[in-house]
Amino acid sequence: MSTEVLRKSPRPALDRGGPGGGGPGGEGDGGREGPELFYDPARFGLWLFLGTLTMMFIGFTSAYMVRRLAPDWIPLRPPGLLWANTAALLLSSGTLEGARRRLRGWNVAGVGPWLLATGALGVLFVAGQLTAWKVLVSRGYFVSSNPHNSFFYLLSGVHGVHLVVGLVWFGVVLVKARRFAYTPGEDGLGMFATYWHFLTGLWVYLLLLLFVL
Amino acid sequence: MLRIASNNRQSGTVEVSRMGKLQGLLFALATVALVALATFYFTRTWLPPLKSDRVAIDHAIWLSLVVTGAVFILTNLLLAYFSWRFQDDGQTRAAYWHHNPRLEWAWTLVTALIMCTFLFKALNLWAEVTSPPPADAMLIEVTGQQFAWNVRYPGPDGMLGRTDHLLASQENPIGLDKSDPHSTDDVLLLNQMVLPQDRPVRVQIRSMDVIHSFFLPNFRVKQDAVPGMTVQIWFTPQGIGDYEIACAEHCGLGHYRMRGQVHVVSADGFDKALADAAAQ
Amino acid sequence: MTEMAHGPEAHAGQAHAHAKEAFIWKYVFSKNHRIIGVQYYVTAMVMALVAGLLAMLIRLQLAWPQKDWGVLAKIFPMGYDAGGGFGVMRPEFYAMLFTMHGTIMVFFVLSTAPVSGFGNLLIPLQAGARDMAFPFLNGLSFWTFFVGCVVILTSFFVGAGAAAGGWTAYPPLSALKAAVPGSETGQTFWIVGMVFFIASFTMGGLNFVTTIINLRTKGLSPLRMPMTLWAMFLVAVLGLLAFPALIAACIMLIFDRHFGTSFFLPTGLVLNNAPLLGADGKFLHQGGSPLLWQHLFWFLGHPEVYILMLPALGFTSDILTNFARKPLFGYKSMVGAMCAIGGLSFIVWGHHMFVSGMNPYLAMAFAVGTILIAVPSAVKVFNWLATLRGARIRFNTPMLWAMGVVSLFISGGLSGVWLAQSAPDIQLHDTMFVAAHFHLIMAGAALFGVFGATSYWFPKMFGRMMNDTLGKAHFWFTFIAYYCTFFPMHYIGIAGHLRRIYDPYQYEFLKPLQPINEFITISALVLGVSQILFFINFFWSAFAGRKAGENPWDANGLEWTTASPPPHGNWPGAIPEVHRWPYEYANPDFPKDHVMQTEPLTAAEQKLKAAEGPSRHEH
Repeated sequence: MSTEVLRKSPRPALDRGGPGGGGPGGEGDGGREGPELFYDPARFGLWLFLGTLTMMFIGFTSAYMVRRLAPDWIPLRPPGLLWANTAALLLSSGTLEGARRRLRGWNVAGVGPWLLATGALGVLFVAGQLTAWKVLVSRGYFVSSNPHNSFFYLLSGVHGVHLVVGLVWFGVVLVKARRFAYTPGEDGLGMFATYWHFLTGLWVYLLLLLFVL
Repeated sequence: MLRIASNNRQSGTVEVSRMGKLQGLLFALATVALVALATFYFTRTWLPPLKSDRVAIDHAIWLSLVVTGAVFILTNLLLAYFSWRFQDDGQTRAAYWHHNPRLEWAWTLVTALIMCTFLFKALNLWAEVTSPPPADAMLIEVTGQQFAWNVRYPGPDGMLGRTDHLLASQENPIGLDKSDPHSTDDVLLLNQMVLPQDRPVRVQIRSMDVIHSFFLPNFRVKQDAVPGMTVQIWFTPQGIGDYEIACAEHCGLGHYRMRGQVHVVSADGFDKALADAAAQ
Repeated sequence: MTEMAHGPEAHAGQAHAHAKEAFIWKYVFSKNHRIIGVQYYVTAMVMALVAGLLAMLIRLQLAWPQKDWGVLAKIFPMGYDAGGGFGVMRPEFYAMLFTMHGTIMVFFVLSTAPVSGFGNLLIPLQAGARDMAFPFLNGLSFWTFFVGCVVILTSFFVGAGAAAGGWTAYPPLSALKAAVPGSETGQTFWIVGMVFFIASFTMGGLNFVTTIINLRTKGLSPLRMPMTLWAMFLVAVLGLLAFPALIAACIMLIFDRHFGTSFFLPTGLVLNNAPLLGADGKFLHQGGSPLLWQHLFWFLGHPEVYILMLPALGFTSDILTNFARKPLFGYKSMVGAMCAIGGLSFIVWGHHMFVSGMNPYLAMAFAVGTILIAVPSAVKVFNWLATLRGARIRFNTPMLWAMGVVSLFISGGLSGVWLAQSAPDIQLHDTMFVAAHFHLIMAGAALFGVFGATSYWFPKMFGRMMNDTLGKAHFWFTFIAYYCTFFPMHYIGIAGHLRRIYDPYQYEFLKPLQPINEFITISALVLGVSQILFFINFFWSAFAGRKAGENPWDANGLEWTTASPPPHGNWPGAIPEVHRWPYEYANPDFPKDHVMQTEPLTAAEQKLKAAEGPSRHEH
């Protein structure tokens, strides 16, 4: 991630020039243009995106709340594997924090293992979710068998798709980390961590919504 | 292309569009022509003749017409007047007037007041229209299907027989359960509805397949027929005659011919009219 | 979030590489906001052409339903019974026409041209930024949109044709394949197209909000922003908050259609007198709620109509003041009104559902919000009228369109007061009255706003002026034909004329309305043909129009401080600093009758500001 570039320069690089480099003055004027930046645009954009995702899950939640009141609702017993998956995802958030702490503390060599653990746990989670689906199918709980099943498949599926996108992003992060693109002492993993923690939190919320509340 | 005025008003070098005045007038003319046109149509078509007790809906529509019509004429006249009156002359500047808190508060509050009046009336009227039906109201069930209205009367026992959609078939479109004793005397009509004059009727509206909308233009009645739901409305027919039932919600290819008939008859003649309709 | 890939290496080589950029990267897969804006605009024009054509066919059908259209049968073999010399329209084709007309116009034309088109063009220029915050995301957004367009257009040619369940796609009609032919493959394409559109709009919205919040130039405080910029900001926020509900609904609809779930499908569905059963002999679908879709759809749907309208209201404020040569009256209340409209738009969606079988108490709550939204709307109209009082009006094309927006906003807004009252809505719901209402206020205001903005900001698109005479001719034909088309619809609507009806004259009570329908159709044809003037003017002017200077309209905004069209990076030198609001016209203290936003405060003004506190020259 280039957040360290953004943070060091008074204006973000992308605003200095246009796309492709900007006007004649874009590169060389050196002096600060415009107002003080309140936020790093990339970070701000990410938070906006997370807000949009939240709105989508609010939509799902309201549908879930309404639908649960119908008389044909048969509660689904969650397969035990889900709890293990959840633990893996929570752990991956923890190891990601570990990686960030090492990067901030100038321990560049220590970042790698923690980062790899994060990715491995993430993959484990996705695999675990797929297995949980398989378990349910083998027990005869299909997507259309009853509304609770439908919601479980729907919500875990939509969450899973976002997590897979997160894993793709993780791949980019890993490559950059191997190239030492992250400056020690800076929080270069911050954006990815925000997204990843959001997905962890979202999953915990979905789990509570589906099986506890 | 109209040449753009020079920046300096005092120099008097501005070329003013000779079309300006004309355009302003045209704006006014278009508005006036519009109102004239509207009035012309106004006299030809309006609400279908009212044949139920829902006269308050007509009153609300008339009130809306008068108030919004007045605002329409006033604002359009202002728009036309300003555009005709305040043309660029290339010499003088516009008034440097962009802010008058008292005026702004005044029109905000006046609008709010008018809207609150509308709101108050609208909520009262809505409460009246959606109130529970009187105890003596006659029960009728209307079930929409692609593309027909099934109208069912409870018969002498006053109870509608049980229905089960699993029993639905070509001969039994609404899935009437013939084993239920209440169902034996139910009277079923297809696309026909017989109503007694001056007696409240409550209509239970259902659907077999997609969403339809039960619309009686002359009675100011419209209610969506939603599958999986039973919605009840009530009204009192007034005025003997034959009227139409329409489907107001797009429900498929035959939506346009999902048409039925309402026959409002005198209270005395009702039983015979219903029997005649059922015999058809 | 792809833009974060702007690493140091990408940054270093940018400045000089771009001069040698290949055509394809400069104009096709461009990341420049102006190019992307024009791409959006032109794509929307093509989509408008398609949707407009569909509208013409709808109108022909409504005026002369059983007429034999031999020629049309040859052009649209799928839509007309061509065999045996008959060219009467098929009902399935009619359902397809109004469904796709609505879908394309609302999303792919009137959300796209003003928001994505002019938003991309104007936001960096008015905010004083080199480009949008995430240029790559911006390009990606356009191509996502483009794929959506292709999917939507392709849907006409798949299976039994395009979606035919109305643009609102109410299940069960849109969920059951056997309910209407368009609910087979066509509806799937519809959903996929919408998902692409929403993804694109979300990327755009992220860009809009981030740019306006973060990249405004020095001195451009919120209360110095032009109304267009305010509108774009609000629109992007509305889109980011409202569209997710529709995407959630679309995903659930896909599940219902393809995986046999029952989110929107209730127990007991019987199609063609045969119960819809699963393998176990029970009903295939159990316990879903068709109303749930309506709630989710209109939770998006109502903010969506303001997404269409707010940009037009912004353009109108900017254009009206310029051609009135007079400051915008009540700037702060205009901003407040816009914010109020945006906020209220989230709590009024139920007014689309007054007769849907929704709980009547809920309907009351929605009626309250709906009626209240008239107050900020009226405030906007009064402010515009007050802006015109004492003005010095120049009647150029943009001004005519802006006044047209005011006129349509009044006409369409007033009929909203009728519909907002839930009881009269019983009679008017699903009639042509509603069609008249939203074509005037939502479609009309948005369309006129786009035309006005096109003629006004054309120099910033192509560096040339549009032809004023052609533009005026186009306006007058359109204005009059527009009113003649849509105003009479109120009357036939009051008379009970239904919407979405293939042959109205099946009903006795609608038979007398045929002459009015014929009149409307002729007006609509005139309206359609008049648009040729616009297309000629647009393309001719883009290539051969008079070259425009920096500021051809004597305007004040930041976009007028740079060349037409603006170079890459928008300003050749440093980004200008803003010192005042954009509506400083006719100020008697200045020698010129307009004072640019970049003009530093005079000594006298500074003194006044110090004395009165910061508020006076905020705006």
